[in-house]
Amino acid sequence: MQCPKCRGSMRTYERNGVHIEQCENCRGIFLDYGELETLTRLETQWGGQHAAPPPPPPPAHGPAWGAPHHGGHYGHHRQRGLMGMLFST
Amino acid sequence: MREPVSVRPTSPGETPPSPAAEPDPAPATPLQKSLAAIGERHARTQEPAARVLVARDDVVVVRVGDVVVKAHAPGMDAASLRPRLAASARLPGVMLPPLSLTAEHADDRLVSVWPAGSPVDPGALDEAPWEAAARLLARLHLVPLRHLPPLPPAGGPARVSTVVARLRDDDGAAARTVRAAAASLPPEALGHPYGGPPRAPHGLTHGDWHLGQLVRHPPEHGEWLLIDVDDVGHGDQAWDLARPAAWFAAGLLEPAVWHRFLAAYVAAGGPALDGAADPWERLDIPARALAVQVAAAAVATARRAGREIDEAEQVLVDTCARIAAAAR
Repeated sequence: MQCPKCRGSMRTYERNGVHIEQCENCRGIFLDYGELETLTRLETQWGGQHAAPPPPPPPAHGPAWGAPHHGGHYGHHRQRGLMGMLFST
Repeated sequence: MREPVSVRPTSPGETPPSPAAEPDPAPATPLQKSLAAIGERHARTQEPAARVLVARDDVVVVRVGDVVVKAHAPGMDAASLRPRLAASARLPGVMLPPLSLTAEHADDRLVSVWPAGSPVDPGALDEAPWEAAARLLARLHLVPLRHLPPLPPAGGPARVSTVVARLRDDDGAAARTVRAAAASLPPEALGHPYGGPPRAPHGLTHGDWHLGQLVRHPPEHGEWLLIDVDDVGHGDQAWDLARPAAWFAAGLLEPAVWHRFLAAYVAAGGPALDGAADPWERLDIPARALAVQVAAAAVATARRAGREIDEAEQVLVDTCARIAAAAR
């Protein structure tokens, strides 16, 4: 088959049931009737399967040197050390 | 420091603020007895009898009846204390006013006299008045410096150096980590002159704010007020928010509490973070400095008591390790 645009020779590929002709000269692609729709459908399915997970709740914003795991410390040591820090210079 | 105007509930049947609280000792040293005598002159009632609330190398506080008497740190000079006392007397509803604008003397120490209030209960941290504190700091920060007598620089940055210096003879791993973090701070965060213009707008600053710097006055049912004028002055007001910021960044203060505090400050018109797209643009350096200071104080206290640092203190030392690493 000849490329309808540049008259180069076209090579046939088969990908996931879609028949594609690509020109070896200008790299243009020729789709048979219905193949664009097939590609669109495949894309939609792929997107559905691989949809990004919902974004995590925003982390409690802090500086770069902040504790890596906020939530690890408070609550379980209401003892001397923490009290001293919150109430003294 | 635990601050001057603290009084434990004394009414019969009242629950003490902390189950572990032991009765405060009676005055024993000459300085403590001198403070008690000054207190007895100012007090309207001599009950409860004189008790020592704070007995440290630098600060001593004695309560007598309805007053507390504070011996300031040996380095405090009258020229710095006088305008600070005068400023606190001009900030009704924000700072507790002193009973006298004139400092007294006892054993070569400057002494000030205050009405007794009731402090935040360390045993009921869930009820700590974070929003009230934030509003008080916002109102303090909104007072133009020109409305007050000329004040010295706020004491925050110099205090970082002073507290870190307590570790100078400690060669343990924790002390080395804290010193490395201190060495990574910019000079102005340690109170050292660096020759440039201030990197943040200057305004009226408390200089040493933490939960021990609040009392209700009149005791128990009065409004919350800020206490301790020792570090009040002109400076970068973000320093007054930086201690809770440091606790939050270290993972010791719940994010929700930190955000409540910050939101209350901003809602009350607090200006310290004005113009910053991100609060941490302003908070980063002072919060690093205060994390270092609090860690240094904790390590020094543990060493003096002859014990290992505890879990919360280790969290702060770990924070110092990250501060030093982030600056490399």
